Amino acid sequence: MLNTTLNLNEEIFLQDRELKSGRDGFGEAILKLGEEHEDVVILTADLEESLRVTPFRKKFPDRFIETGIAEQNMASIGAGLALSGLVPFITSHAIFSPYRNWDQIRLSICFSNANVKIVGSHAGFSNSPDGGAAESLEDIALTRVLPNLTVISPIDYWQTKRAVEEMYKIKGPVYLRICKEPTPQITTENTPFEVGKAYTLVEGTDITIFNTGTVAYEALEAAKILKAGHKINVEVIAIPTIKPADKENIIGSAKKTGKCVSLEEHQINGGFGSAVSEILAEEFPVFNLRIGVNNTFGESGSYQELKDKYGISSHHVVEAILNMLKEK
Amino acid sequence: MPKSPVKNDVEKIALIANELREEIVRMLLEAESGHTAGSLGMADIFASLYFKILNVDPKNPTNPDRDRFVLSNGHICPLLYATLAERGFFPKSKLKQLRKLNSDLQGHPKFGSLPGLETSSGSLGQGLSQAAGMAMAAKIQNKPYRVYCVTGDGEMQEGQIWEAAMFAPNKKLDNLTWIIDRNNIQIGGHTEDVMPLENLRNKLESFNWYVLEIDGHNIEEIIGACKMARSVSQRPTAIIAHTIPGKGVEFMEYKFEWHGKVPSKEQALKALKSLASLEGKIKSDYD
Repeated sequence: MLNTTLNLNEEIFLQDRELKSGRDGFGEAILKLGEEHEDVVILTADLEESLRVTPFRKKFPDRFIETGIAEQNMASIGAGLALSGLVPFITSHAIFSPYRNWDQIRLSICFSNANVKIVGSHAGFSNSPDGGAAESLEDIALTRVLPNLTVISPIDYWQTKRAVEEMYKIKGPVYLRICKEPTPQITTENTPFEVGKAYTLVEGTDITIFNTGTVAYEALEAAKILKAGHKINVEVIAIPTIKPADKENIIGSAKKTGKCVSLEEHQINGGFGSAVSEILAEEFPVFNLRIGVNNTFGESGSYQELKDKYGISSHHVVEAILNMLKEK
Repeated sequence: MPKSPVKNDVEKIALIANELREEIVRMLLEAESGHTAGSLGMADIFASLYFKILNVDPKNPTNPDRDRFVLSNGHICPLLYATLAERGFFPKSKLKQLRKLNSDLQGHPKFGSLPGLETSSGSLGQGLSQAAGMAMAAKIQNKPYRVYCVTGDGEMQEGQIWEAAMFAPNKKLDNLTWIIDRNNIQIGGHTEDVMPLENLRNKLESFNWYVLEIDGHNIEEIIGACKMARSVSQRPTAIIAHTIPGKGVEFMEYKFEWHGKVPSKEQALKALKSLASLEGKIKSDYD
């Protein structure tokens, strides 16, 4: 079922598959990046361990800046470092950065096109026990609206590692949205990753599921169920770069299947599904059902419980697609 | 306040400051909107910085070793633009484009639009953090440059200022000089009526800044304080510069109403006449 050209993880559906988190990928990748490039600087607002950057701090104490719990200051300091030729990564939980410091990200960073990398961890429901107050379900909307800013939402651990390498090469601001929760590995060390490119994880002909972030796995599982139980051939397209989006692949798949669903761990209003719908509405108007969190805040619970309750797990996708195909 | 032996420079800088004031009035008249009081009030400080203190070269505006000047209260950019033009970063003929469509002279500074601009500013409270970032970059890269940041006083009501005020002494940023335009006004009135800042000196000292207070129109004091800041080790310096909003144009002086207002043609002519009669010999009330 999986696209064989992408070197994806063949063991993805096995019971004892390995689970790994995006933040672990970030911590490992940034250490390597720091070894390779001496202009890489990390800033944290009292979340060093949480972002897995302790090894970087130990190895490069002079390139590690603790700002205390002050995300606004951190963002503007990042701009000052970038305008002086360094490549700062400002790291925190997504709920604080880019939320608390959105104005600083807009003016100090994006308006100057400053080369600051913004890393928001614990995105979506992945900070689930902490409750609705701590769940970032609006950060895609907040960031994709900003000129000059690239927005990347990797689908797993390996892709997060690749994204860190690639975002360094961009001369301008980038937002990296990462997951705290360990999730199944869809990609491998040998899976290609380019900023701005969508990847067809499964080829299909009946309907397309566009997805971003770690819910890519829910999309894959839905495709598997629909194929086995209903003989529906679903195309699964992962879109790790939300801005700039890969219009060509989005429109190409929509032309092929004629029916689309978007899946995100985020509000459907203004987020990833909105971005896909905007492209389709302007370039190739087909129906796109946005699946995501619908105009509500989250609550405490386990990661999977919340995905189930708020309608973004595989069985919701299966149900939605069956309804869509029945109606059409 | 110690005075520096720069007598010859003082008159020259005072003349430049007065020219900057005239330029500001002409620019704001042409633009028909903008911020007058703060721009006029800081002219002596900008003239002193750009013609005596800052190690900058208009022919090489991106030299990695240059001193950095960060304007945090971006609304007084007419003064920054006039100063950069006077210093030769771009032709003075550009100044009349302030706030016009397709202009490099945006209503608030946009990084990249003009040589010599170091940051973007507008939304208040962000400049001190950016300056601290530049000062950190100098430490990380072992570079000799210094960073100078101007903020307004009303701007200090923004919480981010105090985040940066905690950060810079903690990181021992002795290459950072913060100049506070203490003119006691903001758009809605006097700072002490809107949201008091006093005792400002005590606040900054308790945050572990080395604090100097000067008459912001006394050029010898301005230069002396900036030079003294260079010799302070292990902590940053804050210079509380007491200034008169609207300085040099009598009917504007001390009046918060001129914070965000521009003169009419008649008022501008009156202002230019009174500035011309000063001939660079502005005397401060603190003298």
